[in-house]
Amino acid sequence: MTAPIKAISALGSRVRRDITGLGSSMRLFCALLARSGVALRRPGLVSQQVHFIGNFSLLIIAVSGLFVGFVLGLQGYYTLTRYGSEEALGLLVALSLTRELGPVITALLFAGRAGTSLTAEIGLMKAGEQLAAMEVMAVDPIRRVLVPRFWGGVIAMPVLAAVFSMVGVLGGWIVGVLLIGIDPGVFWSQMQNGVDVIDDVLNGVIKSLVFGVAVTFIALHAGWTAKATPEGVSRATTKTVVSGSLVVLGLDFVLTALMFG
Amino acid sequence: MSLNPQTATEPVVEFSAVSLGYGDFTVLRDIDMTVQPGQVVAMMGGSGSGKTTLLRAATGQITAQSGAIRVFGRDIADMDENALRAARQRMGVLFQQGALFTDLSVFENVAFPLREHTKVSEEQIFERVLSKLDAVGLRAAAHLNISEVSGGMARRVALARAIVLEPELILYDEPFAGLDPISLAITAQLIRSLTDKLHCASILITHDVAESFTIADHVYMVGQGRMIAGGTPQELAQSKDLFVRQFLDAQPDGPIAFNYPETPAFTRWLSRRTGGRS
Repeated sequence: MTAPIKAISALGSRVRRDITGLGSSMRLFCALLARSGVALRRPGLVSQQVHFIGNFSLLIIAVSGLFVGFVLGLQGYYTLTRYGSEEALGLLVALSLTRELGPVITALLFAGRAGTSLTAEIGLMKAGEQLAAMEVMAVDPIRRVLVPRFWGGVIAMPVLAAVFSMVGVLGGWIVGVLLIGIDPGVFWSQMQNGVDVIDDVLNGVIKSLVFGVAVTFIALHAGWTAKATPEGVSRATTKTVVSGSLVVLGLDFVLTALMFG
Repeated sequence: MSLNPQTATEPVVEFSAVSLGYGDFTVLRDIDMTVQPGQVVAMMGGSGSGKTTLLRAATGQITAQSGAIRVFGRDIADMDENALRAARQRMGVLFQQGALFTDLSVFENVAFPLREHTKVSEEQIFERVLSKLDAVGLRAAAHLNISEVSGGMARRVALARAIVLEPELILYDEPFAGLDPISLAITAQLIRSLTDKLHCASILITHDVAESFTIADHVYMVGQGRMIAGGTPQELAQSKDLFVRQFLDAQPDGPIAFNYPETPAFTRWLSRRTGGRS
Protein backbone atom coordinates (compact mmCIF):
# COMPACT_ATOMS: atom_id res chain seq x y z
CA MET A 1 0.00 0.00 0.00
CA THR A 2 1.38 3.43 -0.92
CA ALA A 3 1.95 6.09 1.72
CA PRO A 4 -1.00 8.40 0.81
CA ILE A 5 -3.43 5.47 0.77
CA LYS A 6 -2.07 4.31 4.11
CA ALA A 7 -2.58 7.81 5.54
CA ILE A 8 -6.17 8.00 4.21
CA SER A 9 -6.87 4.53 5.53
CA ALA A 10 -5.48 5.47 8.97
CA LEU A 11 -7.56 8.67 8.98
CA GLY A 12 -10.69 6.75 8.00
CA SER A 13 -10.09 4.18 10.70
CA ARG A 14 -9.53 6.95 13.28
CA VAL A 15 -12.73 8.78 12.27
CA ARG A 16 -14.68 5.54 12.39
CA ARG A 17 -13.29 4.72 15.82
CA ASP A 18 -14.13 8.20 17.12
CA ILE A 19 -17.69 8.01 15.78
CA THR A 20 -18.13 4.58 17.37
CA GLY A 21 -16.75 5.98 20.64
CA LEU A 22 -19.14 8.93 20.49
CA GLY A 23 -22.04 6.58 19.81
CA SER A 24 -21.20 4.35 22.74
CA SER A 25 -20.80 7.42 25.00
CA MET A 26 -24.24 8.63 23.97
CA ARG A 27 -25.68 5.18 24.64
CA LEU A 28 -24.19 5.23 28.14
CA PHE A 29 -25.52 8.76 28.71
CA CYS A 30 -29.04 7.72 27.61
CA ALA A 31 -28.81 4.59 29.79
CA LEU A 32 -27.85 6.81 32.74
CA LEU A 33 -30.84 9.09 32.19
CA ALA A 34 -33.24 6.20 31.56
CA ARG A 35 -32.23 4.53 34.84
CA SER A 36 -32.26 7.74 36.88
CA GLY A 37 -35.49 6.78 38.65
CA VAL A 38 -33.36 5.05 41.28
CA ALA A 39 -32.13 8.49 42.37
CA LEU A 40 -35.69 9.35 43.42
CA ARG A 41 -36.54 5.93 44.84
CA ARG A 42 -33.34 5.68 46.89
CA PRO A 43 -32.26 9.27 47.63
CA GLY A 44 -29.85 7.95 50.26
CA LEU A 45 -27.56 6.67 47.50
CA VAL A 46 -27.40 10.14 45.92
CA SER A 47 -26.94 12.00 49.20
CA GLN A 48 -24.00 9.69 50.03
CA GLN A 49 -22.39 10.74 46.78
CA VAL A 50 -23.18 14.43 47.27
CA HIS A 51 -21.37 14.09 50.60
CA PHE A 52 -18.45 12.19 49.07
CA ILE A 53 -18.07 14.44 46.03
CA GLY A 54 -19.13 17.76 47.55
CA ASN A 55 -17.83 17.61 51.07
CA PHE A 56 -14.42 16.32 50.15
CA SER A 57 -14.01 19.02 47.45
CA LEU A 58 -15.14 21.80 49.75
CA LEU A 59 -11.74 22.75 51.18
CA ILE A 60 -9.92 23.11 47.87
CA ILE A 61 -12.88 25.02 46.39
CA ALA A 62 -13.13 27.40 49.36
CA VAL A 63 -9.39 28.09 49.55
CA SER A 64 -9.19 28.64 45.78
CA GLY A 65 -12.23 30.94 45.93
CA LEU A 66 -10.59 33.00 48.68
CA PHE A 67 -7.37 33.50 46.74
CA VAL A 68 -9.16 34.25 43.48
CA GLY A 69 -11.18 36.86 45.44
CA PHE A 70 -7.93 38.35 46.82
CA VAL A 71 -6.45 38.62 43.32
CA LEU A 72 -9.66 40.05 41.86
CA GLY A 73 -9.70 42.64 44.65
CA LEU A 74 -6.12 43.71 43.93
CA GLN A 75 -6.24 43.63 40.14
CA GLY A 76 -9.69 45.19 40.03
CA TYR A 77 -8.67 48.01 42.34
CA TYR A 78 -5.55 48.92 40.31
CA THR A 79 -7.51 48.86 37.04
CA LEU A 80 -10.53 50.77 38.38
CA THR A 81 -8.39 53.52 39.99
CA ARG A 82 -7.14 54.42 36.49
CA TYR A 83 -10.70 55.46 35.67
CA GLY A 84 -11.49 56.80 39.11
CA SER A 85 -14.18 54.24 39.74
CA GLU A 86 -12.67 52.11 42.52
CA GLU A 87 -16.01 52.19 44.35
CA ALA A 88 -17.24 49.72 41.69
CA LEU A 89 -14.81 47.08 43.02
CA GLY A 90 -17.56 45.11 44.79
CA LEU A 91 -19.57 44.94 41.57
CA LEU A 92 -16.56 43.86 39.51
CA VAL A 93 -15.63 41.09 41.96
CA ALA A 94 -19.22 39.82 42.23
CA LEU A 95 -19.92 39.84 38.48
CA SER A 96 -16.60 38.16 37.63
CA LEU A 97 -17.28 35.42 40.14
CA THR A 98 -20.96 34.72 39.52
CA ARG A 99 -20.83 34.93 35.73
CA GLU A 100 -17.47 33.31 34.93
CA LEU A 101 -14.87 32.44 37.49
CA GLY A 102 -17.16 30.70 39.99
CA PRO A 103 -18.62 28.13 37.59
CA VAL A 104 -15.49 27.70 35.44
CA ILE A 105 -12.78 27.39 38.11
CA THR A 106 -15.04 25.23 40.27
CA ALA A 107 -15.60 22.90 37.31
CA LEU A 108 -11.86 22.72 36.57
CA LEU A 109 -11.05 21.99 40.20
CA PHE A 110 -13.95 19.53 40.33
CA ALA A 111 -12.51 17.62 37.35
CA GLY A 112 -9.15 17.40 39.11
CA ARG A 113 -10.42 16.52 42.57
CA ALA A 114 -13.76 14.70 42.40
CA GLY A 115 -13.65 13.68 38.71
CA THR A 116 -10.39 11.77 39.04
CA SER A 117 -11.53 9.98 42.18
CA LEU A 118 -14.79 8.96 40.47
CA THR A 119 -12.87 7.61 37.47
CA ALA A 120 -10.36 5.75 39.61
CA GLU A 121 -13.12 4.30 41.80
CA ILE A 122 -15.14 2.97 38.86
CA GLY A 123 -12.01 1.76 37.04
CA LEU A 124 -10.78 -0.12 40.12
CA MET A 125 -14.25 -1.60 40.69
CA LYS A 126 -14.04 -2.89 37.14
CA ALA A 127 -10.52 -4.24 37.63
CA GLY A 128 -11.57 -5.96 40.88
CA GLU A 129 -14.54 -7.66 39.12
CA GLN A 130 -16.92 -5.75 41.39
CA LEU A 131 -19.03 -4.53 38.46
CA ALA A 132 -19.16 -8.05 36.97
CA ALA A 133 -20.11 -9.40 40.40
CA MET A 134 -22.99 -6.92 40.60
CA GLU A 135 -24.24 -7.97 37.19
CA VAL A 136 -24.18 -11.63 38.18
CA MET A 137 -26.04 -10.71 41.38
CA ALA A 138 -28.77 -9.30 39.10
CA VAL A 139 -27.89 -5.76 40.16
CA ASP A 140 -27.53 -3.32 37.28
CA PRO A 141 -24.18 -1.52 37.84
CA ILE A 142 -25.31 1.49 35.79
CA ARG A 143 -28.31 1.93 38.06
CA ARG A 144 -26.54 1.10 41.31
CA VAL A 145 -23.10 2.65 40.77
CA LEU A 146 -23.20 5.24 37.97
CA VAL A 147 -26.60 6.91 38.46
CA PRO A 148 -26.07 7.96 42.13
CA ARG A 149 -22.59 9.27 41.34
CA PHE A 150 -23.84 11.15 38.28
CA TRP A 151 -26.62 12.95 40.15
CA GLY A 152 -24.36 13.45 43.16
CA GLY A 153 -21.92 15.32 40.90
CA VAL A 154 -24.64 17.30 39.14
CA ILE A 155 -26.10 18.44 42.47
CA ALA A 156 -22.74 19.14 44.11
CA MET A 157 -21.35 21.32 41.30
CA PRO A 158 -23.67 24.39 41.61
CA VAL A 159 -23.41 24.26 45.39
CA LEU A 160 -19.62 24.21 45.18
CA ALA A 161 -19.69 27.03 42.61
CA ALA A 162 -21.89 29.07 44.96
CA VAL A 163 -19.43 28.45 47.82
CA PHE A 164 -16.55 29.46 45.53
CA SER A 165 -18.29 32.72 44.58
CA MET A 166 -19.28 33.54 48.17
CA VAL A 167 -15.78 32.98 49.52
CA GLY A 168 -14.39 34.87 46.51
CA VAL A 169 -16.57 37.90 47.31
CA LEU A 170 -15.34 37.66 50.88
CA GLY A 171 -11.74 37.64 49.57
CA GLY A 172 -12.44 40.73 47.45
CA TRP A 173 -13.94 42.44 50.51
CA ILE A 174 -10.92 41.59 52.67
CA VAL A 175 -8.53 43.12 50.12
CA GLY A 176 -10.73 46.02 48.98
CA VAL A 177 -12.28 47.09 52.28
CA LEU A 178 -9.98 45.82 55.03
CA LEU A 179 -6.59 46.21 53.35
CA ILE A 180 -7.05 49.02 50.78
CA GLY A 181 -9.71 50.96 52.63
CA ILE A 182 -12.63 51.25 50.20
CA ASP A 183 -15.84 52.31 51.93
CA PRO A 184 -17.73 49.11 52.92
CA GLY A 185 -21.13 50.69 52.29
CA VAL A 186 -20.14 51.58 48.71
CA PHE A 187 -18.59 48.12 48.19
CA TRP A 188 -21.79 46.26 49.13
CA SER A 189 -24.33 48.72 47.68
CA GLN A 190 -22.65 48.75 44.24
CA MET A 191 -22.79 44.97 44.30
CA GLN A 192 -26.46 44.91 45.33
CA ASN A 193 -27.44 47.41 42.63
CA GLY A 194 -25.38 45.92 39.82
CA VAL A 195 -25.85 42.17 40.19
CA ASP A 196 -29.03 40.85 38.60
CA VAL A 197 -30.46 37.66 40.06
CA ILE A 198 -31.65 36.29 36.72
CA ASP A 199 -29.00 37.59 34.30
CA ASP A 200 -25.99 37.02 36.49
CA VAL A 201 -26.67 34.61 39.34
CA LEU A 202 -29.13 32.29 37.56
CA ASN A 203 -27.01 32.15 34.42
CA GLY A 204 -24.03 31.25 36.58
CA VAL A 205 -26.04 28.47 38.22
CA ILE A 206 -27.12 27.17 34.79
CA LYS A 207 -23.49 27.17 33.67
CA SER A 208 -22.36 25.20 36.69
CA LEU A 209 -25.22 22.70 36.22
CA VAL A 210 -24.13 22.13 32.60
CA PHE A 211 -20.50 21.77 33.72
CA GLY A 212 -21.64 19.37 36.43
CA VAL A 213 -23.37 17.14 33.87
CA ALA A 214 -20.38 17.27 31.48
CA VAL A 215 -17.54 16.73 33.96
CA THR A 216 -19.31 14.04 36.01
CA PHE A 217 -20.32 12.13 32.90
CA ILE A 218 -16.80 12.35 31.43
CA ALA A 219 -15.36 11.04 34.72
CA LEU A 220 -17.84 8.15 34.93
CA HIS A 221 -17.46 7.27 31.25
CA ALA A 222 -13.65 7.24 31.54
CA GLY A 223 -13.86 4.85 34.52
CA TRP A 224 -16.53 2.68 32.88
CA THR A 225 -14.52 2.23 29.69
CA ALA A 226 -11.10 2.03 31.38
CA LYS A 227 -8.95 -1.00 30.71
CA ALA A 228 -9.09 -3.16 33.82
CA THR A 229 -5.38 -2.74 34.58
CA PRO A 230 -3.40 -0.26 36.73
CA GLU A 231 -2.16 1.41 33.54
CA GLY A 232 -5.69 1.57 32.13
CA VAL A 233 -7.03 3.24 35.28
CA SER A 234 -4.13 5.69 35.30
CA ARG A 235 -4.82 6.66 31.66
CA ALA A 236 -8.51 7.03 32.39
CA THR A 237 -7.93 9.46 35.27
CA THR A 238 -5.64 11.57 33.05
CA LYS A 239 -8.32 11.53 30.37
CA THR A 240 -10.87 12.81 32.89
CA VAL A 241 -8.77 15.88 33.73
CA VAL A 242 -7.77 16.67 30.14
CA SER A 243 -11.14 16.05 28.46
CA GLY A 244 -13.10 17.47 31.40
CA SER A 245 -11.11 20.72 31.43
CA LEU A 246 -11.26 21.20 27.66
CA VAL A 247 -14.98 20.51 27.53
CA VAL A 248 -15.61 22.98 30.38
CA LEU A 249 -13.67 25.73 28.60
CA GLY A 250 -15.40 25.03 25.28
CA LEU A 251 -18.84 24.88 26.84
CA ASP A 252 -18.13 28.09 28.76
CA PHE A 253 -17.50 29.94 25.52
CA VAL A 254 -20.70 28.60 23.95
CA LEU A 255 -22.82 29.32 27.04
CA THR A 256 -21.35 32.80 27.49
CA ALA A 257 -22.10 33.61 23.83
CA LEU A 258 -25.69 32.39 24.29
CA MET A 259 -26.33 34.07 27.64
CA PHE A 260 -24.50 37.34 27.41
CA GLY A 261 -23.83 37.70 23.68
CA MET B 1 -19.34 -45.15 32.88
CA SER B 2 -22.05 -42.57 32.14
CA LEU B 3 -20.79 -38.97 32.24
CA ASN B 4 -24.05 -37.57 33.60
CA PRO B 5 -26.13 -38.68 36.58
CA GLN B 6 -29.45 -40.40 35.76
CA THR B 7 -32.31 -38.82 37.72
CA ALA B 8 -35.98 -38.05 37.14
CA THR B 9 -36.10 -34.44 38.41
CA GLU B 10 -35.60 -31.46 36.11
CA PRO B 11 -31.99 -30.29 36.16
CA VAL B 12 -31.18 -26.83 37.51
CA VAL B 13 -28.36 -26.49 34.98
CA GLU B 14 -28.04 -28.45 31.77
CA PHE B 15 -25.33 -28.12 29.11
CA SER B 16 -26.06 -29.92 25.81
CA ALA B 17 -23.21 -30.19 23.30
CA VAL B 18 -21.95 -26.77 24.33
CA SER B 19 -18.82 -25.17 22.89
CA LEU B 20 -17.42 -22.15 24.69
CA GLY B 21 -14.68 -19.69 23.94
CA TYR B 22 -13.58 -16.12 23.46
CA GLY B 23 -13.47 -14.57 19.99
CA ASP B 24 -12.18 -17.13 17.52
CA PHE B 25 -10.65 -19.34 20.23
CA THR B 26 -12.69 -22.26 21.52
CA VAL B 27 -11.79 -23.19 25.09
CA LEU B 28 -14.16 -26.16 25.52
CA ARG B 29 -16.16 -28.21 22.99
CA ASP B 30 -19.07 -30.63 23.18
CA ILE B 31 -19.72 -30.22 26.87
CA ASP B 32 -22.64 -32.20 28.28
CA MET B 33 -23.43 -31.69 31.91
CA THR B 34 -26.43 -31.76 34.22
CA VAL B 35 -26.79 -30.53 37.77
CA GLN B 36 -29.81 -31.60 39.82
CA PRO B 37 -31.33 -29.90 42.89
CA GLY B 38 -29.69 -31.05 46.11
CA GLN B 39 -26.50 -32.08 44.32
CA VAL B 40 -22.96 -30.89 44.84
CA VAL B 41 -21.20 -31.17 41.49
CA ALA B 42 -17.45 -30.65 41.38
CA MET B 43 -15.93 -29.37 38.17
CA MET B 44 -12.26 -30.24 38.15
CA GLY B 45 -9.38 -29.64 35.81
CA GLY B 46 -6.00 -28.03 35.61
CA SER B 47 -5.30 -24.31 35.54
CA GLY B 48 -6.53 -22.70 32.32
CA SER B 49 -8.62 -25.75 31.41
CA GLY B 50 -11.80 -23.67 31.10
CA LYS B 51 -13.55 -24.32 34.42
CA THR B 52 -14.26 -20.65 35.07
CA THR B 53 -15.46 -20.30 31.47
CA LEU B 54 -18.12 -22.91 32.27
CA LEU B 55 -19.22 -20.87 35.29
CA ARG B 56 -19.40 -17.71 33.19
CA ALA B 57 -21.58 -19.54 30.68
CA ALA B 58 -23.92 -20.80 33.41
CA THR B 59 -24.40 -17.24 34.70
CA GLY B 60 -24.96 -15.78 31.22
CA GLN B 61 -21.77 -13.70 31.25
CA ILE B 62 -20.71 -15.35 27.98
CA THR B 63 -22.81 -17.09 25.37
CA ALA B 64 -22.19 -20.52 23.91
CA GLN B 65 -20.51 -20.71 20.50
CA SER B 66 -22.75 -23.72 19.85
CA GLY B 67 -25.09 -25.99 21.80
CA ALA B 68 -27.66 -25.07 24.45
CA ILE B 69 -27.32 -24.05 28.08
CA ARG B 70 -30.51 -24.42 30.10
CA VAL B 71 -30.77 -22.82 33.53
CA PHE B 72 -33.90 -23.37 35.67
CA GLY B 73 -35.44 -25.08 32.65
CA ARG B 74 -34.94 -22.21 30.18
CA ASP B 75 -32.39 -21.80 27.43
CA ILE B 76 -30.16 -18.94 28.54
CA ALA B 77 -29.73 -17.77 24.91
CA ASP B 78 -33.50 -17.14 24.69
CA MET B 79 -33.65 -15.06 27.87
CA ASP B 80 -34.11 -11.31 27.54
CA GLU B 81 -32.54 -8.89 30.03
CA ASN B 82 -35.39 -9.22 32.54
CA ALA B 83 -35.50 -13.01 32.37
CA LEU B 84 -31.73 -13.21 32.81
CA ARG B 85 -31.93 -10.88 35.80
CA ALA B 86 -34.72 -13.01 37.30
CA ALA B 87 -32.63 -16.16 36.78
CA ARG B 88 -29.58 -14.51 38.35
CA GLN B 89 -31.62 -13.59 41.41
CA ARG B 90 -32.02 -17.32 42.00
CA MET B 91 -28.24 -17.86 41.86
CA GLY B 92 -25.40 -17.15 44.25
CA VAL B 93 -21.87 -16.86 42.93
CA LEU B 94 -18.60 -17.00 44.81
CA PHE B 95 -16.01 -15.32 42.58
CA GLN B 96 -12.46 -16.53 42.26
CA GLN B 97 -11.07 -13.22 43.55
CA GLY B 98 -13.95 -12.60 45.95
CA ALA B 99 -15.04 -9.42 44.12
CA LEU B 100 -16.04 -7.80 47.40
CA PHE B 101 -17.11 -4.16 47.35
CA THR B 102 -14.14 -2.34 48.79
CA ASP B 103 -16.15 0.75 49.78
CA LEU B 104 -18.42 -1.32 52.03
CA SER B 105 -17.71 -3.06 55.34
CA VAL B 106 -17.83 -6.84 55.79
CA PHE B 107 -21.39 -6.54 57.14
CA GLU B 108 -22.57 -4.32 54.27
CA ASN B 109 -21.01 -6.61 51.67
CA VAL B 110 -23.03 -9.55 52.94
CA ALA B 111 -26.12 -7.37 53.35
CA PHE B 112 -25.81 -6.06 49.78
CA PRO B 113 -27.95 -8.72 48.00
CA LEU B 114 -30.60 -8.45 50.74
CA ARG B 115 -30.82 -4.69 50.40
CA GLU B 116 -30.96 -4.88 46.60
CA HIS B 117 -33.41 -7.73 46.16
CA THR B 118 -35.61 -7.89 49.25
CA LYS B 119 -37.69 -5.55 51.34
CA VAL B 120 -36.87 -7.17 54.68
CA SER B 121 -36.53 -4.94 57.73
CA GLU B 122 -33.21 -3.66 59.00
CA GLU B 123 -33.57 -5.95 62.02
CA GLN B 124 -34.01 -9.01 59.80
CA ILE B 125 -31.05 -7.96 57.65
CA PHE B 126 -28.97 -7.65 60.79
CA GLU B 127 -29.94 -11.14 61.99
CA ARG B 128 -29.53 -12.85 58.62
CA VAL B 129 -26.18 -11.25 57.87
CA LEU B 130 -24.77 -12.09 61.30
CA SER B 131 -26.04 -15.67 60.99
CA LYS B 132 -24.30 -16.12 57.62
CA LEU B 133 -21.13 -14.51 58.93
CA ASP B 134 -21.35 -16.86 61.91
CA ALA B 135 -21.59 -19.82 59.54
CA VAL B 136 -18.28 -18.82 57.93
CA GLY B 137 -16.72 -17.99 61.32
CA LEU B 138 -16.57 -14.25 60.79
CA ARG B 139 -19.34 -12.91 63.04
CA ALA B 140 -16.84 -10.84 64.99
CA ALA B 141 -15.40 -9.37 61.77
CA ALA B 142 -18.71 -7.79 60.72
CA HIS B 143 -17.55 -4.26 61.54
CA LEU B 144 -14.24 -4.46 59.65
CA ASN B 145 -13.50 -2.82 56.33
CA ILE B 146 -12.59 -5.07 53.42
CA SER B 147 -9.06 -3.65 53.45
CA GLU B 148 -8.68 -4.94 57.02
CA VAL B 149 -9.39 -8.62 56.32
CA SER B 150 -6.93 -11.19 55.00
CA GLY B 151 -7.29 -12.95 51.63
CA GLY B 152 -8.69 -16.11 53.23
CA MET B 153 -11.15 -14.11 55.33
CA ALA B 154 -12.24 -12.15 52.24
CA ARG B 155 -13.06 -15.45 50.54
CA ARG B 156 -15.21 -16.46 53.48
CA VAL B 157 -16.99 -13.08 53.40
CA ALA B 158 -17.63 -13.63 49.68
CA LEU B 159 -18.99 -17.08 50.52
CA ALA B 160 -21.36 -15.57 53.11
CA ARG B 161 -22.52 -13.03 50.49
CA ALA B 162 -23.09 -15.78 47.90
CA ILE B 163 -25.37 -17.74 50.25
CA VAL B 164 -27.17 -14.93 52.07
CA LEU B 165 -30.22 -15.06 49.78
CA GLU B 166 -30.31 -18.86 50.11
CA PRO B 167 -30.37 -19.32 46.32
CA GLU B 168 -31.47 -22.36 44.33
CA LEU B 169 -28.15 -22.56 42.50
CA ILE B 170 -24.80 -21.70 44.04
CA LEU B 171 -21.66 -21.52 41.94
CA TYR B 172 -18.37 -21.60 43.78
CA ASP B 173 -15.26 -20.60 41.83
CA GLU B 174 -12.23 -22.00 43.69
CA PRO B 175 -13.81 -21.81 47.16
CA PHE B 176 -10.84 -23.54 48.81
CA ALA B 177 -8.06 -21.37 47.35
CA GLY B 178 -6.05 -19.53 49.98
CA LEU B 179 -7.77 -21.18 52.96
CA ASP B 180 -5.92 -22.75 55.86
CA PRO B 181 -6.66 -26.48 56.48
CA ILE B 182 -9.24 -25.79 59.22
CA SER B 183 -11.12 -23.13 57.21
CA LEU B 184 -10.93 -25.42 54.18
CA ALA B 185 -12.55 -28.36 55.97
CA ILE B 186 -15.23 -26.14 57.53
CA THR B 187 -15.97 -24.45 54.17
CA ALA B 188 -16.31 -27.84 52.46
CA GLN B 189 -18.72 -29.04 55.12
CA LEU B 190 -20.63 -25.75 54.90
CA ILE B 191 -21.10 -26.21 51.14
CA ARG B 192 -22.39 -29.74 51.70
CA SER B 193 -24.71 -28.83 54.57
CA LEU B 194 -26.10 -25.77 52.75
CA THR B 195 -26.87 -27.86 49.69
CA ASP B 196 -28.67 -30.43 51.81
CA LYS B 197 -30.52 -27.84 53.90
CA LEU B 198 -31.66 -25.62 51.03
CA HIS B 199 -31.96 -28.50 48.54
CA CYS B 200 -30.14 -26.22 46.12
CA ALA B 201 -27.73 -27.19 43.36
CA SER B 202 -24.08 -26.43 43.95
CA ILE B 203 -21.38 -26.28 41.31
CA LEU B 204 -17.91 -26.34 42.72
CA ILE B 205 -15.04 -25.27 40.52
CA THR B 206 -11.86 -26.53 42.07
CA HIS B 207 -8.68 -28.50 41.69
CA ASP B 208 -8.65 -29.63 45.28
CA VAL B 209 -9.18 -33.39 44.82
CA ALA B 210 -9.34 -34.54 48.45
CA GLU B 211 -11.88 -32.04 49.74
CA SER B 212 -14.16 -32.03 46.70
CA PHE B 213 -14.26 -35.84 46.56
CA THR B 214 -15.42 -35.81 50.19
CA ILE B 215 -18.46 -33.61 49.59
CA ALA B 216 -19.37 -33.99 45.88
CA ASP B 217 -22.17 -36.20 44.56
CA HIS B 218 -20.83 -36.04 41.04
CA VAL B 219 -17.50 -34.97 39.59
CA TYR B 220 -16.75 -33.73 36.09
CA MET B 221 -13.22 -33.38 34.78
CA VAL B 222 -12.30 -31.05 31.96
CA GLY B 223 -9.04 -30.79 30.06
CA GLN B 224 -7.65 -30.81 26.54
CA GLY B 225 -10.58 -28.58 25.53
CA ARG B 226 -13.27 -31.17 26.34
CA MET B 227 -15.01 -33.09 29.08
CA ILE B 228 -12.60 -35.86 29.98
CA ALA B 229 -14.63 -37.77 32.52
CA GLY B 230 -17.66 -37.66 34.75
CA GLY B 231 -19.01 -39.83 37.53
CA THR B 232 -19.32 -40.23 41.26
CA PRO B 233 -16.14 -39.67 43.29
CA GLN B 234 -15.93 -43.45 43.86
CA GLU B 235 -16.22 -44.16 40.13
CA LEU B 236 -13.52 -41.65 39.29
CA ALA B 237 -11.28 -42.86 42.09
CA GLN B 238 -11.38 -46.36 40.56
CA SER B 239 -11.09 -45.14 36.97
CA LYS B 240 -8.28 -46.51 34.83
CA ASP B 241 -8.59 -43.64 32.36
CA LEU B 242 -5.14 -42.15 31.76
CA PHE B 243 -6.37 -38.52 31.98
CA VAL B 244 -8.21 -39.18 35.25
CA ARG B 245 -5.29 -41.08 36.77
CA GLN B 246 -2.78 -38.39 35.81
CA PHE B 247 -4.92 -35.64 37.38
CA LEU B 248 -5.93 -37.52 40.54
CA ASP B 249 -2.46 -38.93 41.17
CA ALA B 250 -0.78 -35.59 40.28
CA GLN B 251 1.59 -37.28 37.81
CA PRO B 252 3.77 -34.88 35.81
CA ASP B 253 3.77 -37.16 32.74
CA GLY B 254 0.64 -38.21 30.92
CA PRO B 255 -1.91 -37.17 28.31
CA ILE B 256 -2.78 -33.86 30.01
CA ALA B 257 -0.53 -31.24 28.46
CA PHE B 258 1.30 -28.84 30.73
CA ASN B 259 1.75 -26.32 27.93
CA TYR B 260 -0.92 -23.75 27.15
CA PRO B 261 -2.46 -24.61 23.75
CA GLU B 262 -1.63 -22.46 20.72
CA THR B 263 -4.45 -20.07 19.77
CA PRO B 264 -5.07 -18.28 16.45
CA ALA B 265 -4.15 -15.01 18.19
CA PHE B 266 -0.78 -16.50 19.22
CA THR B 267 -0.16 -17.79 15.68
CA ARG B 268 -0.85 -14.32 14.24
CA TRP B 269 1.39 -12.69 16.87
CA LEU B 270 4.19 -15.18 16.18
CA SER B 271 3.85 -14.68 12.45
CA ARG B 272 4.13 -10.89 12.89
CA ARG B 273 7.18 -11.27 15.17
CA THR B 274 9.00 -13.67 12.88
CA GLY B 275 7.85 -12.15 9.60
CA GLY B 276 6.15 -15.42 8.63
CA ARG B 277 9.36 -17.49 8.95
CA SER B 278 7.95 -20.00 11.50
